[in-house]
Amino acid sequence: MPAAPRDESGRRLNPLATIAIFGALIALAGVVIVPIYATALGGFKELGELRANLLGLPHQWVWKNYWDILAGERYWRVLGNSLIMALLTVALTLAVASMAAFAFAHLKFFGSKHLLGYLQLGLLFPVATAILPLFIKIRDLGLLDSYMGVVLPQVAFSLAMSILLLRNAFKQLPDELLDAAMMDGCGYFRYFLFITLPLSGPILSTVAVISFVGSWNGYLLPLVVLDSESRYPWTLGLMAYQGQYNTSWQLVLAFITLTILPAILMFLFAQRYIVAGLTAGAVKG
Amino acid sequence: MVLSTLATSYLEPARRMNANGWAIVLVFLPPALLLFTVFVALPMTEAAWYSFYNWNGYGRPERFIGLTNYRYLIGNATFLRALVNNGLVIAVSLVVELPLALAAAMMVAGRIAGAAAFRMIFFLPYVLADVGAGLIWRYMFDGDYGLVATIKGALGLQPYYLLADKDWAFTAILIVIVWKYFGFYMMLFVAGLQGIDKSLLEAAEIDGASPWQRFRYIVLPQLGPMIRLSIFFSVVGSLQLFDIVVPLTGGGPFDTTHTMVSFLYYFGITRMRVGFGSAVGVVLFFICVTFAIGYQRIFMRDD
Repeated sequence: MPAAPRDESGRRLNPLATIAIFGALIALAGVVIVPIYATALGGFKELGELRANLLGLPHQWVWKNYWDILAGERYWRVLGNSLIMALLTVALTLAVASMAAFAFAHLKFFGSKHLLGYLQLGLLFPVATAILPLFIKIRDLGLLDSYMGVVLPQVAFSLAMSILLLRNAFKQLPDELLDAAMMDGCGYFRYFLFITLPLSGPILSTVAVISFVGSWNGYLLPLVVLDSESRYPWTLGLMAYQGQYNTSWQLVLAFITLTILPAILMFLFAQRYIVAGLTAGAVKG
Repeated sequence: MVLSTLATSYLEPARRMNANGWAIVLVFLPPALLLFTVFVALPMTEAAWYSFYNWNGYGRPERFIGLTNYRYLIGNATFLRALVNNGLVIAVSLVVELPLALAAAMMVAGRIAGAAAFRMIFFLPYVLADVGAGLIWRYMFDGDYGLVATIKGALGLQPYYLLADKDWAFTAILIVIVWKYFGFYMMLFVAGLQGIDKSLLEAAEIDGASPWQRFRYIVLPQLGPMIRLSIFFSVVGSLQLFDIVVPLTGGGPFDTTHTMVSFLYYFGITRMRVGFGSAVGVVLFFICVTFAIGYQRIFMRDD
């Protein structure tokens, strides 16, 4: 038994309650884990075995399913595409949003609050509402079937939240810093570059996490913008793979496992930042 | 959120503008304004305009048809079914998902052994993309393979194709939604629970309050802002549900499992019916905006 479990006020729980809570937690964890576990394991089985043996280890470990995907070009290409688009989205979001947030945080000018209000309208509705005119716009700009056709709208739709988070953080830096810097003849631009940004690491990483995860997991926008399979991110690549091998679950399961693996690994290694980032987006917004 | 930001920005002391300040404004703001205008504000305005036309997206919209797109939408059984489905997602989020998240948060917020590990496990599905989660569950629900097949096989019954059953397919989607998202709200509630002053709970306990009374009269009110926020996000998220429908059912069987956005995709975008699809977008826009503003005015004034 674990030593002296306590409830939320630090009181010792009685053993019966402890057992009940553990039972409930383990049951819930089972429901959460079993589908992921069965998927990963299924990739090691023969198709026939998937009919009868959901949770057990494979009678014979079939490494070929995974190996063929890892040795092929397709898997690495879709991951590469996702990575390129996610990194571009993060870089552009950080650059554009932090500049705008800085201006809104420190400068009052005629109409500044209306401009901020205008950008905050983006919080009120999702990409899907304007997806058809957006498609026409991207087509007319000649950006269809290009990385930028996905990246630019992603940046644009994440601006409202990013600017809000960054502006609130920038405003919390002590005013004395800015006054002192100005006194010493440091202009706004150098202040932004050498004081604001270096002091804003946590909030910048929060915004980076939110926009990276949003782009990495994005589906609707690339689905509408991209045509060529050579530019598909992993979400579209996975659906295409499933469409092609829909009678061979063992291959699809291996492909699912390998494509969700980067997200799981990132999560395990950077869970503090990811949890903080994704929940901060909700709370501080 | 939006409104509170606007309100606070009126109260700030003004910093004197100089030439340097203006230079910053003229260099730092245009990229954001341009991107937002081109890819967010203009498309939304154009959606309202296109929705009065019958247009296939080529040339200029010329065949003005007034409210015909909207009239057709209101009479379209598949769209009405999609509206009901979105309503079901909201209902399940509020009645099942959030209470489950709160219960899980209460269990892992205490100093029970393994609490951190349980939190991570519950949060894990949220990290997976919807299409990944959707395909995993397509396997679980498959009639020949996966979980449903295993259960049926163990009982010696005929294979059952849950996702092809028009009475139950959407229930399957609802299960996946709860599975994928409850962990996110649990994390929010855990953060909220950690912010509660322990001395309140201790004082109540000394005064003889039962665990239920402490939950009902201390924990729940203290969590109020977080709960109102979670309700807001789960409703907004429910309204734009799309990614998870595609890998599971693609809107079928017999178009019974569409949401507003999947309806917009399959009936507007893939058929290039720009006017009709835009009308769907406008309806969704009004639902989202009405909800967002109304909810914040009524329930989140003090947060």
